[in-house]
Amino acid sequence: MTESTGALEQILTEQFGSAVMGTELQCGDQAVVLLASGNNFEVLEWLKNNEEQLYELLIDVTAVDYGSGKGVQVIYQLWSLKHKKLLRVKCSLQGPTFEISSVVSLWSCANWLEREVFDLFGVHFTDHPDLRRILMPKNYSEGHPLRKDFHLRGRFSRERQTEIALNQSYEDYYRPEQLEDLSTSKEED
Amino acid sequence: MSIQRTIELPQPSLESGNMLVNIGPQHPATHGVLRLLCELDGETVIKIDPDIGYLHSSFEKLGEFRTWNQIVPLTDRMDYLAPLMYNCVYVMAVEKLMGLEVTERCKVVRVLCMEMERIFSHLLWLGTTAIDVGAFTPFLYAFQERERIYKLHEAFTGARITTSATRIGGMMADLPDGWTDQLREFINTFPQTLDEIDDLLTRNGIHLGRTQGIGCISAKEAINAGFTGPNLRASGVDYDLRKDRPYYNYESYDFEVPIGTKGDCYDRYLVRMEEMRQSLEILDQALKNLPEGPINVDDPRVSLPSKTDCMNDMESMIHHFKIVTEGIRVPPGDCYFAIEGSKGELGMYVVSDGGEKPIRWRIRPPSFVNLSVLPQLAEGHQVSDLIMINASLDIVLGEIDR
Repeated sequence: MTESTGALEQILTEQFGSAVMGTELQCGDQAVVLLASGNNFEVLEWLKNNEEQLYELLIDVTAVDYGSGKGVQVIYQLWSLKHKKLLRVKCSLQGPTFEISSVVSLWSCANWLEREVFDLFGVHFTDHPDLRRILMPKNYSEGHPLRKDFHLRGRFSRERQTEIALNQSYEDYYRPEQLEDLSTSKEED
Repeated sequence: MSIQRTIELPQPSLESGNMLVNIGPQHPATHGVLRLLCELDGETVIKIDPDIGYLHSSFEKLGEFRTWNQIVPLTDRMDYLAPLMYNCVYVMAVEKLMGLEVTERCKVVRVLCMEMERIFSHLLWLGTTAIDVGAFTPFLYAFQERERIYKLHEAFTGARITTSATRIGGMMADLPDGWTDQLREFINTFPQTLDEIDDLLTRNGIHLGRTQGIGCISAKEAINAGFTGPNLRASGVDYDLRKDRPYYNYESYDFEVPIGTKGDCYDRYLVRMEEMRQSLEILDQALKNLPEGPINVDDPRVSLPSKTDCMNDMESMIHHFKIVTEGIRVPPGDCYFAIEGSKGELGMYVVSDGGEKPIRWRIRPPSFVNLSVLPQLAEGHQVSDLIMINASLDIVLGEIDR
C-alpha cells in the first residue's frame, strides 16, 4: 500500500468507520477501495461531492462473480476530472440474493449500467427507477448469464431445446398488447 | 425473484392523440440493430424507450472460457468500425496486469493502428450521418477513403474487418514491406477529401439547420450522463485520455484536443472533423519516429522460443509446448485500462486468479453509455431530429450489445 491509498483509507475510515473494509493498490497505480455492502451509496455520494475527491464521472458499473459461494462484487470505476485521479470502488455482496443501493440519483448514467448488471448477474439495485432486463430478451427466464453457475452449454438437452422452441408462441413477440407491457417476464425456472 | 415494474410505457389510446411508433430494429437510420419505441404527439417525440440486445453474443461470457490470447478475435467483432483499436486496448489491459512493457516499435505501431482506426470510425460516422440529413456525396467520398484503410488492414493483418492483429506482448506480425509508404500516401492525400467534405457540410445551410441547436446537452449534464469522448468534448469538457491519462508516450506527440461549446449536434460534428485532422498529425509524427527493432517482447511468459531452439534443446521444446497448449498465465489481480477510443472512453477490465483464463473480462462500452442519453436528448424534439441526434452520438450496436 502506498501513501496515497493509505491516506484515502484514513479519511474514509474517519468518515464512515467500519463501512470501509480497506484499500489496495492494483497494477502499481490503480487505487481500490473495498466497501461493506450496505454503505455504497453514502460513500459514493461523499466521493462525488467532497472537494478533495470530486469523482464526478462514473465511468463504469460492473460486477464480478467469483463463483463457488464467494459472492458477487459490484465494481464502480470513478474518475475525478479536477484532480485527474482514477478510483475503483468494490462492494462485496453475499448471496443467495444480491442487493445493493442504486446510484442512479447520483449519476444518471448508472441507469443502464445497473440494468446490465441486474440482467447479467441478477444483482438487485434498490431504488432503481426502471430495473428491467436490457441485453437479454424481456421474457428470458433461464437466469443470469454471467453468473458462474450459468453454464455455457449443456443446460438443456437437444430435445428440450426443440421443445422450448416449438412451444414458443410467436404472436407473443409481435402483438401490440405486448408492447404495452414489456416486463411480462417471469422468472419461472 | 420478480422484476420491478415501475416504468409506465406509452399506451396507444385515441383520447390522448399520441401515437406509438416503432422505429427499427431493421432500419438504416438507427445505425445498427437498434429499436426505438417512440410515443409521438404529431411530429414531436414525447417519450423514447430504446430496445437493445438484438446483437447480444455474450462475448464477456465466452471470454471466460478462452485463454488470454484467444480473446483477441472476440474483441474486433464488437466494434467492427474500429477493430484494431479494440485489439490493442484488450492486450494493453492484460499487459498492464502482467507488468509487461512492450517494445518501443510495438508501441508506435499500436499508436499508428489506433489513430488510423479513429479516422476509420469517424469516416463511417461522417458518411452515414451526412446521409441522414440528405447529403449523399459525403457518404461516397467517406467510403472511398475508408476503402483505402480497409486495404491497409488487409495488407497488415490479412483481414479487412476481423483483424485480430495484436498478441499479448506484441503484434501478430511486423508491418509488411511498403506498408508505411501506403499509409504515408493516405496521410498525404486524405486531407484533400476531408476539405471537400468540409466544404460540402460545414457551412451548408441544410446541414446547419438540421444540426445547430439540436440535441443540446450542458457540460454538467453530460458528465452526469456519463458521456465520454467527442460527445463530452463537444459539451466543453476537456477530457481526453491521451492527455489526461497518457499511454504509449502520447504526451510526446504534438496534437490539439478540439473542444466544443454548445454540445449540440453541430459541435459534435465539428469536434469529430477536427479529431480526424489531429489524428493525421499524430500519424505523421508516429511514422517519422517509427523505431527499428523487434516488435514482440522477449519475455518467456508470453513469447514463443524460436523454432531453431525448439528443435535443438528440450527446455525450449517444453516451453513452446506449454505456451501453445496451456496458454499464458496472468498473475492474480484486476486491472482497468482505458484508451481514448473513437467513440469515447474505451476500457477493459480484466480479473485473473492466476490461471490461463480470465475470471472476468469486461468491456467498458462507450457507445452503450452514450446511447443511454438518447431519450434525455431527443424528447421534445421532432422525429427527424431524433434521427439526427441518434446519428450524432456515433453508436455501434455490435459493441452496445456485445
